Amino acid sequence: MDLSFIIIQSLSGLASASSLFIIASGLTIVFGVTRIVNFAHGSLYMLGAYLAVTIVPLLLDVDRSLPMFLLGVLISALIVGVFGALMEIILLRRIYHVPELFQLLATFGVVLIVQDLVIKIWGAVEIPGPRAPSLRHGVFIMDQRFPAYELFLIAAGIVVLAVLWLLMQKTRFGVLIRAATQDREMVAALGVNQAWLFTGTLFLGAFLAGLGGALQIPRVAINTQMDISIITEVFVVTVIGGMGSVPGAFIAALIIGQLQAFGILIFPKITLVLVFLLMAVVLVVKPWGLFGKSDAAAGRAILPEGILSLKRFGTVDNIVAGLAIAVLLALPVFGDNYMVKVGIEVLVLALAAFSLHFLIGVGGIVSFGHAAYFGLGAYAAGLLVTKGGLSMEPSILLAPIIAGAFAALFGYFVVRLSGIYLAMLTLAFAQIVYAVCFQWVEFTGGDNGVVGVWPSSWASSRQVYFCVVLAFTLSAIIALRHAIYAPFGYALRAARDSATRADAIGIDVRRIRWFAFTLSGAAAGLAGGLYSFSKGSIDPTMISIPMSVDFLVMVLLGGIQTVIGPLVGAAAFHSIKDFFMPLTDFWRMFLGASIILMVLVFPRGISGAAASLTDRFKPAPKPAVAPS
Amino acid sequence: MTEALLSIRNLSAAYGMAEVLFGVSLDARRGEVVALMGRNGAGKTTTLKAIIGMVEASAEALSFAGEDIRRLPSYRIARLGLGYVPEERRIFTDLTVQENLEVGRRPARDGRKAWTLEKLYAIFPNLAEMEGRRASAMSGGEQQMLTIARTLMGNPDMVLLDEPSEGLAPVIVEQMAEAVIAMKATGIAVLLCEQNLHFAAAVSDRAYVIEKGAIRFSGTMAELEANDEVREAYLTV
Repeated sequence: MDLSFIIIQSLSGLASASSLFIIASGLTIVFGVTRIVNFAHGSLYMLGAYLAVTIVPLLLDVDRSLPMFLLGVLISALIVGVFGALMEIILLRRIYHVPELFQLLATFGVVLIVQDLVIKIWGAVEIPGPRAPSLRHGVFIMDQRFPAYELFLIAAGIVVLAVLWLLMQKTRFGVLIRAATQDREMVAALGVNQAWLFTGTLFLGAFLAGLGGALQIPRVAINTQMDISIITEVFVVTVIGGMGSVPGAFIAALIIGQLQAFGILIFPKITLVLVFLLMAVVLVVKPWGLFGKSDAAAGRAILPEGILSLKRFGTVDNIVAGLAIAVLLALPVFGDNYMVKVGIEVLVLALAAFSLHFLIGVGGIVSFGHAAYFGLGAYAAGLLVTKGGLSMEPSILLAPIIAGAFAALFGYFVVRLSGIYLAMLTLAFAQIVYAVCFQWVEFTGGDNGVVGVWPSSWASSRQVYFCVVLAFTLSAIIALRHAIYAPFGYALRAARDSATRADAIGIDVRRIRWFAFTLSGAAAGLAGGLYSFSKGSIDPTMISIPMSVDFLVMVLLGGIQTVIGPLVGAAAFHSIKDFFMPLTDFWRMFLGASIILMVLVFPRGISGAAASLTDRFKPAPKPAVAPS
Repeated sequence: MTEALLSIRNLSAAYGMAEVLFGVSLDARRGEVVALMGRNGAGKTTTLKAIIGMVEASAEALSFAGEDIRRLPSYRIARLGLGYVPEERRIFTDLTVQENLEVGRRPARDGRKAWTLEKLYAIFPNLAEMEGRRASAMSGGEQQMLTIARTLMGNPDMVLLDEPSEGLAPVIVEQMAEAVIAMKATGIAVLLCEQNLHFAAAVSDRAYVIEKGAIRFSGTMAELEANDEVREAYLTV
């Protein structure tokens, strides 16, 4: 490795840093003012790229010149800016006051909608973009050829930084944005119309995302996975820099750019892992990122209220539960093969959702990457059977142990954080697991996964395997439920409601949270292990972000305030998905719209809605009388 | 002008299930300094927040400058010329002094003379010396001056002033009193929440006394000072 090589490598790191910064600055500004982590920021970036591959060639046909190229890029970014402003007016404005978890989900709903829109408009195949006129050549730096466009990108990043700095420091809009980042309510009391300020902020943020995307067209072929791949990187940059801090995003982008440029030389396969590891280390040392402020994230509920009152099962509940179990037991006898298959899937998902709800509703730990533990269990079981030569029985038993071990490892870092940073770290860990399974082709089969994960011969019929799954999931759910009602569960809820007060009465908050995280991970791992044998294969979609979101949707659909809610939610969600998905090409759009609708209309889910319905028909509760 | 600038009839407010105000009624005329006195937790701050639209409230009537402001968002109320200086000051600590003032700036209504930085610096000379300093690096008294100055930048006709003397050194409290008097001299009405009778007496024309969310006394400042019974029942600690 000689000097010129190092310089070239770090220059290309600077070019990616520059792109990352342009995109991340938009996300961090939007978060600063609106306090919403906009999952759809990656979609805005993708839209920018798609618009640019459409608009720029048209303009280049008129005149093949650099100004025309830049004009096309700017027009694309402006259109995306308008899209962002519309998104604020139509959606975000309605969710400023809902818990952060709902905001994340609602903006993820936009991600799903945009994905289907893009496929509908531009198709699913990659689109190569036009090169930029006058920047197609290479520049020789110390006898090494370096693409001129990359140099241009570096300059673009610096220009954006300078313009943003001027905007923030020297204009009234910038001063208002910075003031609103600190105290929105006070800004309103001084006569500033927040609505326009927020719309303006979203315009700016979306413009930057669109600009970042449009500038990519000469570098990469445009594809429909751009949104998720960039959003995880951009999350990492903003989290490391400190959410809401533009200088922080700049520094973090520089670090990540160099890490990627040199990491690819040393560990070509695990650059993504390196990036997430850096984030984990930064968050453990500085829980609010390099330039973040604790007050920016604190004082806000990330959570909708979780389980408040634990009711023991009454006679009616016992009968209903008994009936449900009876129906499940009757299913393999009377149901056809298809019903049994769906039954297995519902049971497995119910356990996964229940374990997630154990974290969220009881522990107040919002995991945005619960699929990691589900997937780890699935991969553990699948690989033990296919590569390890074990049979089904030990593999299923080892799956929760392995997933639990990883949950313990990741959880050790996760429980040190709170709020949005915690959610981001769980997402990061999930992406590490995803990246490893995706990239380690020799061992995990990469994108294709591994097939041939079949149960032992005695359990090979669907009916028998159903009984196996029923036994495992039911025992695990009952065990977890028992933990909720045990003193451990009460301590966990105390820590959820007030960590400091729980701490003051002698509860070791971190430790019980860590334990809960591990337990929940193990339960999800068991679900994953069972799932892999029912499908006969494993693949990375089991660990992907959409899978994590599916689990969250099940929990919310069922109702976050009830213990049994997630089971109802898993059954309802999976039935709807199983029924509608084959019927429509727009499943994602449908799911996205449903998520948004749910956040806006039914934040307490099915069980919550049912509870308020029964409340309505019950006589009003008598005022409590204090014991004398 | 005798008609009320701010008029409140039967204002009630609650934080969730906890009711705080039970039918508060009060008036303030143009250019008048009115004190709203009471102990901690009596409902003074909630009254102000309900007026400016920061707390959910209901009222038979709540009008400012002839406009019904019950359903208006905070920024619209502020734009009608009603300024709010919160007790916790809530200055933007990441911003400089001058930027804080910039956030408050709004054009003057009806072609009257607008407040300028120079005029404000004349009342609060300390602020002039620290124009470019970050607000986080200011003392409590300086922050109190800044929050009043910031509200004045909006050229209000009336200011809701929440306990400006709280926790400040006597010499700063004196400056605050001078500031209130200076505001009154330019024709600005003030609704002043106070526990400090000396401070209120030095600047106010009239007074209301609030206790447990209801008005218990109203009269001129002189009447309140003369009324030992009311003072002892509702004001002395």
